[in-house]
Amino acid sequence: MNIFDILGPVMVGPSSSHTAGAARMGYMTRRLLGEEPVRAHIGMYGSFAATGKGHGTDKALVGGLMGMQPDDMDIPASFKIAKERGLEVEIGTVTLRDAHPNTAVITAEGASGRSVKVQASSLGGGRIMINKLDDIEVNCSCEIPTLIIHNQDTPGYVADITLRLLEHDVNIANMSLYRRKRGGVAVMVIEVDQPIPAETIKRLESRKGIIKVTYIDIGEN
Amino acid sequence: MGFGSLKEILAVCEQYEISFCEAVLRDDISERGVTQEESVSEMNRLWQQMKLSANSYDRCDRSASGLSGGDGGKMRDRADAGCISGGFMGKVIASALEMGECNACMKRIVAAPTAGSCGVLPAVLINYANEYDAPEEKIVEALYTAAGIGQVIAERASIAGATGGCQAEIGTASAMAAGAVVYLSGGDSEAICHAAAMALKNLMGLVCDPVGGLVEVPCVKRNVIGAINAISAADMALAGIKSKILPDDVIDAMKDVGDKMHSSLRETGEGGVAGTHSAREQISKMQF
Ligand code: SF4
Repeated sequence: MNIFDILGPVMVGPSSSHTAGAARMGYMTRRLLGEEPVRAHIGMYGSFAATGKGHGTDKALVGGLMGMQPDDMDIPASFKIAKERGLEVEIGTVTLRDAHPNTAVITAEGASGRSVKVQASSLGGGRIMINKLDDIEVNCSCEIPTLIIHNQDTPGYVADITLRLLEHDVNIANMSLYRRKRGGVAVMVIEVDQPIPAETIKRLESRKGIIKVTYIDIGEN
Repeated sequence: MGFGSLKEILAVCEQYEISFCEAVLRDDISERGVTQEESVSEMNRLWQQMKLSANSYDRCDRSASGLSGGDGGKMRDRADAGCISGGFMGKVIASALEMGECNACMKRIVAAPTAGSCGVLPAVLINYANEYDAPEEKIVEALYTAAGIGQVIAERASIAGATGGCQAEIGTASAMAAGAVVYLSGGDSEAICHAAAMALKNLMGLVCDPVGGLVEVPCVKRNVIGAINAISAADMALAGIKSKILPDDVIDAMKDVGDKMHSSLRETGEGGVAGTHSAREQISKMQF
């Protein structure tokens, strides 16, 4: 932990895990969706379900979905703001197996019809982990630039994509591959040290067999 | 990876003939690969935010559960009118309650080291700065001192109530504030460590027992003991009193106590005051 994990974050209270972390989870879902959400369903689990109301977890999640950071003073009023902005939200609880006690499952839909389902957990101190993306395990924090690729589970993608990154001198910090079943949809999560240029992302998107490319660099907005 | 012990910080202070806070600052610069200006301006931002947060207190605010709000205002009135603890301590008590209530009421605060314990450092530092006319740079340096202590505690033990009980949150905040005050009052690096050790020892064993799992009861008022204890420990260290148990050993003991703490006393909202009849009654009345 560095000294600014000890002092900080600057955040809207009352809890770094249940409020600040929740805002971050909502925000990450928005980034993963890649557009303004118009509809969202939030399922809270464990301690989030039990104490979320009192901690403003629900308000923080909704605030984050609208792009609010953990220190945004509008978080307490996020339900009202969501109504004004035309974001329809439904909040309930979910039952999960083997999940971290501070977990939420968020399904968000944009105006274009595109939707994303994110299962994330709040680890404490405002830090979070995205456990699942569209029901497939990803386990990434998105604290450094992260590339998430959904592709057909056939050979060649890893070699191809890492080569593209090499062309731009992008160093891979962590890389994981996940799939639900052989030959189905596979997910590649690549955390990198340098930002990836937009044209590289575009080229990856157009490659045959790649279903979806999501790139998150929280340094860039 | 930051400092693993207070002893290590003292060794760096001695080797380069620098202050405790300078050692922490230099380590941050190399650890995060930032410039001195970047690091100091971030720390200054936190200090400015602490003051803004303190000023944002409104005695009319109530938390969503209805459990918190208004007590800081009551104490402020009494501190202004004159109280047994005396002028300075009275203000510290009021400030600690106010910040704890700001947090419970979803105001913007600085986690230090956590949101539940966010009132300790500002209550001590803001009142110290006012009382003794301490310049801003000095306070920022005191925050580095505090952060260094907190970092070592996080490294050797924990700063999360769910892991180590409230001694890890309010206890750590208190140790950080104690060191900061010693620095501001001209104590040396060793005295800083002893103040931190004494503050931590005096809150050792404190359990985490939030009513309804919410960061309100007993959290808001625990910020008071964290702040008052910090000032007492700082005064002892400045008087030349030492912790008979070495500061790093005290931190290890705190970890050991946290490990032995039953899970009902670690933020589950089951044991301690959270498990009482009156707590259950309050929970059933909560106005969501
Ligand atoms: S009782 Fe628990 S939640 Fe409250 S301040 Fe202490 S450690 Fe934090």
